[in-house]
Amino acid sequence: MQPGQHVVVIGNGIAGITLAKQLRARSSCRITVISAESATHFSRPALMYVYMGHMRYQDIIPYADWYWTKKQITCLHELVTTIDPEKKELKLANGEPVRYDKLVLATGSEAVYYNWPGQHLKGVQALISLQDLEQMQAQTQNIKQAIIVGGGLIGIEMAEMLQSKGIPVHMIVRDNLYWRNNLPAPEAELVTTHIRDCGIQLHLSDELTEITGDETGYVQKVKTKNGIEIHCQFVGIATGVKPQISLTLNTLIKTDKGILINNYFETSATDVYAIGDCAQFTDPTPGQAAIEQLWYTGRQHGEALAAILCDDRKPYVRGPWFNSAKFLNIEYQTYGFVPSNCDDTRYSSLYWEHPVKTKAIRLLYEKQSGLLKGINLLGVRYRHDLCHHWLKQNYTIHQVMEELHAVNFDTEFFQHYEPELLKQYLQQFPDRNAPEKQHSWWQLRKRFSLFSSIPDNC
Amino acid sequence: MATNKLYFYFTYLGYSLLAISILCLLVTLTGSNTIDHIAWGLSGIGLLMAGGLLLIFLTRANRHVAHQNNGIWQNGATSRGFSAWVLGIALTGFYVLLYWFPDSLQGLITAVEPLSRLLRNKAADQWFLYGLFYTIAVLVMGVWALLKYRNNRYQLIRTCSVIFFQLGFAFLLPGLLLAFNQPEFYFSYFWPLKYDYLFPGTVSYLLENGQALGFFMVFWGAILSFLATPVLTYFYGKRWYCSWVCGCGGLAETAGDPYRQLSDKSKKAWQWEVAIIYPILGFIILTTLLLWINSWSGGSIFGDLSGGFARSYGFFIGSIFSGVVGVGFYPVMGSRVWCRFGCPMAAYLGILQKYFSRFRITTNGAQCISCGNCSTYCEMGIDVRWYAQQGEPIIRASCVGCGICAHVCPRGVLKLENGPTDHRYQGTTLISRDAVTIL
Repeated sequence: MQPGQHVVVIGNGIAGITLAKQLRARSSCRITVISAESATHFSRPALMYVYMGHMRYQDIIPYADWYWTKKQITCLHELVTTIDPEKKELKLANGEPVRYDKLVLATGSEAVYYNWPGQHLKGVQALISLQDLEQMQAQTQNIKQAIIVGGGLIGIEMAEMLQSKGIPVHMIVRDNLYWRNNLPAPEAELVTTHIRDCGIQLHLSDELTEITGDETGYVQKVKTKNGIEIHCQFVGIATGVKPQISLTLNTLIKTDKGILINNYFETSATDVYAIGDCAQFTDPTPGQAAIEQLWYTGRQHGEALAAILCDDRKPYVRGPWFNSAKFLNIEYQTYGFVPSNCDDTRYSSLYWEHPVKTKAIRLLYEKQSGLLKGINLLGVRYRHDLCHHWLKQNYTIHQVMEELHAVNFDTEFFQHYEPELLKQYLQQFPDRNAPEKQHSWWQLRKRFSLFSSIPDNC
Repeated sequence: MATNKLYFYFTYLGYSLLAISILCLLVTLTGSNTIDHIAWGLSGIGLLMAGGLLLIFLTRANRHVAHQNNGIWQNGATSRGFSAWVLGIALTGFYVLLYWFPDSLQGLITAVEPLSRLLRNKAADQWFLYGLFYTIAVLVMGVWALLKYRNNRYQLIRTCSVIFFQLGFAFLLPGLLLAFNQPEFYFSYFWPLKYDYLFPGTVSYLLENGQALGFFMVFWGAILSFLATPVLTYFYGKRWYCSWVCGCGGLAETAGDPYRQLSDKSKKAWQWEVAIIYPILGFIILTTLLLWINSWSGGSIFGDLSGGFARSYGFFIGSIFSGVVGVGFYPVMGSRVWCRFGCPMAAYLGILQKYFSRFRITTNGAQCISCGNCSTYCEMGIDVRWYAQQGEPIIRASCVGCGICAHVCPRGVLKLENGPTDHRYQGTTLISRDAVTIL
């Protein structure tokens, strides 16, 4: 990037803001971040904590204003109305034109509605943006019953939020278990049991068919496919998200479900890029999603595009998958590839579950080669750096067992369950012995150089 | 529904007990000589404990662990609302009376006379009253912490530790020493926090009045300050003292727990912290040195100048800062104002922790979602998220190792641990970061 050039980023979510920060670390070009949603970047996954009163809105803002001033990154709280890639110009809602040399679209996601009758009634909403949060705060005052449609991560967050206010919650979930399209059956069953234990009414294998309202236009009742009718004053729609692409319609930027990009985040228009939830890879790496809608992938896109814009032109390679979430009290981490439905002839697992069904560990491996494919963790924390290393270096399950002791990241004094996994391992591989000596994390960290090259915090 | 009714019934009962107890205590405090101070006072204290424990049990045991912080910022009592200010002023008022007008507390002091006789075989004074209230606060609110963090073994063990050290080392043991006609001594406080333990006056007093035990006390104090502190801090960080042993920390971790989110996380606050705490450490070192030089010279060099130095330290730092501001302002400025801005022991431990320790809070790879729970609930006002979102370990002089950041993190990103000192400051390779210094 030339110092005089102007990079404009639309969207101040994690993707856009990471790009701006990383670009500044590499270049002295002019950087402007425009968002209609908020004056400054905030942590989207933390919105629920503002509702629940754990934090105030100002607490979920990761960087204070002085940071943006110091970094010379201009943050505009404006709505972009049109983009003109030919003139390299965009228009703001106040009529002002903004010229750019490079434009990065990081507009994120919007909720998916399935054209249910009554979906526009008052009290029916999704939860993605700051405005959604404000609306939810307003719409859930003094209500007696709430419905969540959808059995995913946003759904369980909304359910937890409502529960924190003492509002009884019903969840309508299409699968036969909560998040079954992402979790293998035992994990999904564990989480489902936990959700029920926490007092949330789950309606599994069911779908919303209709929402009816009262004479004032407020939601009153929902009906489901299985014929259940539930009275309610609020309906949370959490049936998935789709790329927010309204800005690019009627421009020469090509779109499909998302804004189409190659592996350099380049759209069909010159000097226009797209990253994060709104982007769709035209030609994704086999086995990987064309649209990556995670906080973590958003950040990775931002980091990768910053390098590309600064003449470090390498195609985006995601690297081993990872994700995390929290289902009420149960933390969830996943590393690598753990499909919800596994081909039993090809793959096998070491799977341990706590008798009281609050914790579980799965190490999935390929039967023939013994290669570690992925890890699922519920209520147990593992070290990301080490899991990443195992997956990247194509460890076999046998090699993993030798380092298993070092991977646990639970708080000090917590009970460790890796011996249970070792027991299973020895059952599945009777001809193998227990590893002789377990290395500590610190030894492995040093041996594999799993730390940055320079000291950071000084 | 039936359980709901029962719940409300018990809640009202709890509040009623508290109200009656406050009434009893006020009568004890203001009543003339015609009332039975002991009956009124001890009833008041008993009811305060009973009502407090009942309410704590009802509010904490009743909600699941992920919901313990619900509504904190929406409730005036924990977000600097009206009731927080009222409580803050009441606490501050108590400290003012305690330090400067102890006679006004005579009613309460009379009330706890039998307890003082029982433990110390000595008449009660305002310091016994204070120690008793302090210990009760740690005990009762210790139950709060145990229930609130009940799924976290680190928190359970740590809370038991602060209760043990407050009750045993800072209340019962000093009392028993007095009962056996020995010098009153707190084995859990050391120079420079208990600055006078290494002042020539105290040392000669202990040696003269305590015989072998007095000698042991002086020896203990010196060993703990100059040998055990660096060694323990090297292996475990500052936490071995600040959040496991220290009485000020004990109160902050228990009675102060509802207020931990009130600590200021701004850059400005950190600048103030550094500008105040290290000069205080310097001041106490200088004072101690002056006193010793003066003592060796038989008072010929400074006359009473060094004594004046010591007295002004005692007044400004010992009384005003650690007591009035330190605890009185809990509901407004958070629970660790003294520990963060004033404590010379914290400054000393902090330097050791920053440069000569195996302790750090590790960030788990690239898992941080920048939510801010860690920073919000850091009682020391550390912007934990700043480091976590860049995948860096958190190594800060002020960190007391309470472990709440790791507890409230919804993604399990933080872990307090001790490890080799080489590459201690190096973070993960899974996040690229930019270099900005905050301070």
